Amino acid sequence: MSETISGTAEAVPATTSPMSRLAHQVGFDLLIFRRNPAATFFTIVLPLIFLVLFTSIFGNETISGDVKLATFYVPGVLALAIISATAVNLAISMTARRERGMLKRLRGTPIPQWVFVVSQGLAGFIISVVMTVLIVVMGRLLFGVSVQMSGLPSLVVTLLVGSTAFVAIGLALTTIITSEDAAPAVTNAVMLPLYFISDVFIVGDQTPSWVQTVGNLFPVRHLSLALRQSFDPFVEGTPFPWDHWLVIGGWGAVSAIITLRWFRWTHRR
Amino acid sequence: MVPLRCDSALQRHQNEAGTTIRRGVACGAMAIVVEGLVKSYGGFHAVKGIDLEVADGEILAFLGPNGAGKTTTIEVLEGFRSRDAGEVRVLGEDPASPSRSWRDRIGIVLQESEAFSELTSRESVAMHAGYYAAPRSVDAVLDIVGLTDSANQRTGKLSGGQKRRLDLALALIGDPALVFLDEPTTGFDPSARRESWGMIEALRQLGSTVLLTTHYMDEAEYLADRIVVIAAGEIVANGTADELATQVAAPTNITWRPGRDEPAPPGALGVVRDDVGGASIEVSSDRATEIVHALTGWALQVGADLDELSVARPTLEDVYLILTGSATQQKAEV
Repeated sequence: MSETISGTAEAVPATTSPMSRLAHQVGFDLLIFRRNPAATFFTIVLPLIFLVLFTSIFGNETISGDVKLATFYVPGVLALAIISATAVNLAISMTARRERGMLKRLRGTPIPQWVFVVSQGLAGFIISVVMTVLIVVMGRLLFGVSVQMSGLPSLVVTLLVGSTAFVAIGLALTTIITSEDAAPAVTNAVMLPLYFISDVFIVGDQTPSWVQTVGNLFPVRHLSLALRQSFDPFVEGTPFPWDHWLVIGGWGAVSAIITLRWFRWTHRR
Repeated sequence: MVPLRCDSALQRHQNEAGTTIRRGVACGAMAIVVEGLVKSYGGFHAVKGIDLEVADGEILAFLGPNGAGKTTTIEVLEGFRSRDAGEVRVLGEDPASPSRSWRDRIGIVLQESEAFSELTSRESVAMHAGYYAAPRSVDAVLDIVGLTDSANQRTGKLSGGQKRRLDLALALIGDPALVFLDEPTTGFDPSARRESWGMIEALRQLGSTVLLTTHYMDEAEYLADRIVVIAAGEIVANGTADELATQVAAPTNITWRPGRDEPAPPGALGVVRDDVGGASIEVSSDRATEIVHALTGWALQVGADLDELSVARPTLEDVYLILTGSATQQKAEV
């Protein structure tokens, strides 16, 4: 049902301007995330564990000059963190909130639906930025990961495009997930195989070409590749992975359309 | 349509509460007006053209068994559900296209809705305060619902009754003119129900109009100024508890425990229930005087003791069962 934002001149107090409403909601969404043990483990702790594991298993040799191999683990681990913070987290939490009547209660309040949805996206973006800093700092201190300042603009754009698109993908997933119990299973069944064929766990050069072809159909690989270009010390000039952004954005747009069309605020029994 | 007795409802308010706190209440101003509301799901006619009016400041109980159309009606009024036909005005607007300013003036306690277990009660209420144009103070609302002491506890740790208080706090934080309470005590044990009643009573002091659905007659009688009974999608009664009792010609129940080796009472009494185990015999009749006379006459004759003899006027519960029972029966015949 559409929220009518009528053109009638309403006296809206300064405290309820759209931006302050949004800031209010983002603050609470981040607080809820921070206090949710499952969400914080899979989004914050697990990617850091993977970074340590990858360097332990695959080694951290010096490739050339001061470039360490661990530099190439960072993009995959970061992709994992971004997808956890957005798509996985939302697919699971929104299904639960729908089933527990929390979304219905929200719809009974005057909060505009877009504030609620944009807040989820912003919270996901903020968590992604925090994870980028955490992973890079930890990688730098422990494993000598190098960071390219020239890659910073493309990193910021990738974070923005990626977190927005994967928020939409997470919301779109809730339209096919029927119950809270099924949510983690469905989400993992979709995401785990994608991680393996998308340069998250295994870097592409080591996988057969058909795996890369299949991986290229989905947004996860494009997110890791866009991130890799941003971190790659051998890229000349300023990286501009527009082709990857386009695919990620396309998936986001289709997911947004699915969400707008089929997203449900109440649980169907 | 039964005419609304707005005057009597408001006067009773003043007598019971001893106060006349009302925001802009003029008698005759209607918070809710429903005419000919119809809603079907496939071939099932959930609501069959009902009329309903709720005056400003009134506490109305909307009573009916499960599946009678209560929740469908209240969800149409809350702006959650579309309708097939009929006119509906809630606070002067059509809830089919709810505006934000309209939502600002309405508080809803859903039948089933959890709070964020990651937040404390105070944080939950503060979060909702941010949704409204002119919210009440968080502390004041926590105080009204009696959650001040557990305000800093995560909501996941609250008891069932406390969670219901939080639901009410979330509905009240926007300072609503109209509050919907959908089965606020269903599934509660008797003491938790009593506790909730005290809290709902507090709403009277705040001057909100309240539409309460329930399937407990005692709850409706205790809390509401007026009771509307719905059964099988139609309104079968409308009035105060006393009025309902007189509207329905409910029979008087005469019961006693028969002694051992006692002859059966004459069939002329019209025995409706005779427990084989000898626990009790029940006669139900609207000619109570006549029946009692005949019964005592027979007892003297045969020397029966009529242990635990009771002559009971119909309770509201009986009235309710008669009202909803006949409607359900009609439905079965249709």
